[in-house]
Amino acid sequence: MKPKTLFEKIWDSHVVYQKKNYPDVLYIDAHLIHEVTSPQAFDGLRKRNLPVFRSIRTWATADHNVPTKNQDKPIKEILSRKQVEMLTKNCKEFGIRLYGLGHPYQGIVHIIGPELGITKPGMTIVCGDSHTSTHGAFGNISFGIGTSEVEQVLATQTILQYKPKTMLITVDGKLKKGVVAKDIILYIISKISTSGATGYFVEYAGSTIQNLSMEARMTICNMSIEIGARGGLIAPDKTTFAYMKNRKFMPKNKEWDKIIAYWKTLPSDKDAIYDKELHFDATDIEPMITYGTNPGMGVKITEKIPNVPTAEKALTYMNLKAGTPMIGLKIDYVFLGSCTNSRIEDLRLVASIVKGKKKAKNVDVFVIPGSKQVEKQAKKEGIDKTLKNAGFELREPGCSACLGMNEDKIPAGKYCISTSNRNFEGRQGPGARTFLASPLTAAAAAITGRITDVRTIL
Amino acid sequence: MKTIISTCVPLPIENIDTDQIIPARFLKATTREGFGENLFRDWRAKDNFVLNNPAYFGKILVAGKNFGCGSSREHAAWAIKDYGFKAVVSSFFADIFKNNALNNNLLPVQISESFLQKLFKAIEKDPKTKATIDLEKQIISFNSQKEKFDINPYKKTCLIYGYNDIEYLLSIKDKIKEYEKNNSNFAR
Repeated sequence: MKPKTLFEKIWDSHVVYQKKNYPDVLYIDAHLIHEVTSPQAFDGLRKRNLPVFRSIRTWATADHNVPTKNQDKPIKEILSRKQVEMLTKNCKEFGIRLYGLGHPYQGIVHIIGPELGITKPGMTIVCGDSHTSTHGAFGNISFGIGTSEVEQVLATQTILQYKPKTMLITVDGKLKKGVVAKDIILYIISKISTSGATGYFVEYAGSTIQNLSMEARMTICNMSIEIGARGGLIAPDKTTFAYMKNRKFMPKNKEWDKIIAYWKTLPSDKDAIYDKELHFDATDIEPMITYGTNPGMGVKITEKIPNVPTAEKALTYMNLKAGTPMIGLKIDYVFLGSCTNSRIEDLRLVASIVKGKKKAKNVDVFVIPGSKQVEKQAKKEGIDKTLKNAGFELREPGCSACLGMNEDKIPAGKYCISTSNRNFEGRQGPGARTFLASPLTAAAAAITGRITDVRTIL
Repeated sequence: MKTIISTCVPLPIENIDTDQIIPARFLKATTREGFGENLFRDWRAKDNFVLNNPAYFGKILVAGKNFGCGSSREHAAWAIKDYGFKAVVSSFFADIFKNNALNNNLLPVQISESFLQKLFKAIEKDPKTKATIDLEKQIISFNSQKEKFDINPYKKTCLIYGYNDIEYLLSIKDKIKEYEKNNSNFAR
């Protein structure tokens, strides 16, 4: 039998139907929905008079558009409130589980999936959000879809998809002090650009990746879309199984033993062939930061802004000059959150830097936990107090200033160091200027008020 | 949709992401209509942006490579369509955008970088330059230049005859149920 990659094993086992010249019909095991990209899909179902085909496989939460303060009170902004109410109404009408505002499981859709054990190895997972690739950290095929596709999945639990090509990215070696998962992925994006993996599904492997925690692996897979890949995945191993055991939607007892046996068959066969392979050396990676307006415009924090003609428009927007060192640039805001970096380990990293220190006077810092459960855990560990003593504000869960849909926006012309995933023009608010970095680097900047090499204060 | 003949609107910028096409703060609507008003909203704030230039109009948007990267928001395709475009021409498209466009009868035409640059030059020289996109023959042409473009045969049929994916999937529901029966042993 032909050796198969992890990706191919999962894809092939989910093909419901194949027809010449047609895309494959792929079965979807888990469908996650939120308030922004689902209303038009439900409308479509109503127009066609269709039920949700397998409502048991769909989970809903409110995250993109929710306020991060006073979530117990009605949403002030009328359009946001209407959109969130529409989700509640649709879930009720079509019989879908909803972890909405006020629910102990509410949170960013890509945080709650793994935390509740909805996300498992060997699955297919879709969501109307490009960072669905996050779930691939557990060894499954997860990818973002558009609203028309959300409707297809609601109506049939399947989706029409062309099989993408496969890419293997290996990272080997020991990470330097102060270097975390976010730096690895920002480094990779800076090397291969935002379209370097378009048309591919990426598997991450190598000793560096294997030694990462599940939460760190999620940070890597999360930003797969930022290299243009539809998704990214990592072979499940002991670390994966240990993270998943006893989570709410995980099989228990005998069923657990059975499913682990299946999951162990998933990793790529020896001699499996990928369409493309890339290799990176972990010892070359340093704390990373972006200077421009796409995630590929990144440098090592100790470097200067490069002089490349393609960055001219970006530097005009950022009001920065080529040749300027990154270290020392002044910042106005610090955003710690998003589906990339809002899990408990991220908050622990932040707390480790700011403990006993005070934020710089010139900066506003907001910390947005990824979910109610992350928020609860942070409080249990006293992280909320550490943050408060440093002058940081721990708010309530949501996507927040990652995309500036709610009121959490960075004002025009201001600089924000952000643990999120995109530094596009206006992403964090019209005219906002974003530096993407790790939670460690962002926390260090919050203390000094400037871009700082975290290793100098560790 | 078979043939589109129109003047073009040039946007010679690379890596145009969906946050530029439709900023997130305009995603609060719960219907598919009306997004055209906010197409490239923040860029339109500048007087010299191409959509503010009356010399350029038409049904074909011509853009730099890696068009539509970033967020999966289908609102980007809706906004372009709602504004009045029927096709987007570029030398490279991001995956999700391409799917979203096809699902909304907005034709993504992927051409070579050299052909794209020739088209940009021609439009710059004469904004009245018309391009012809023949979907059946898969050929895009302007002046005396032409190039063949790729499109998946299934999607091509859908566009020409107005079929969509959901109808196809609903037609094979029995096969989906059979798949579920045969795979019920997977605890997934």
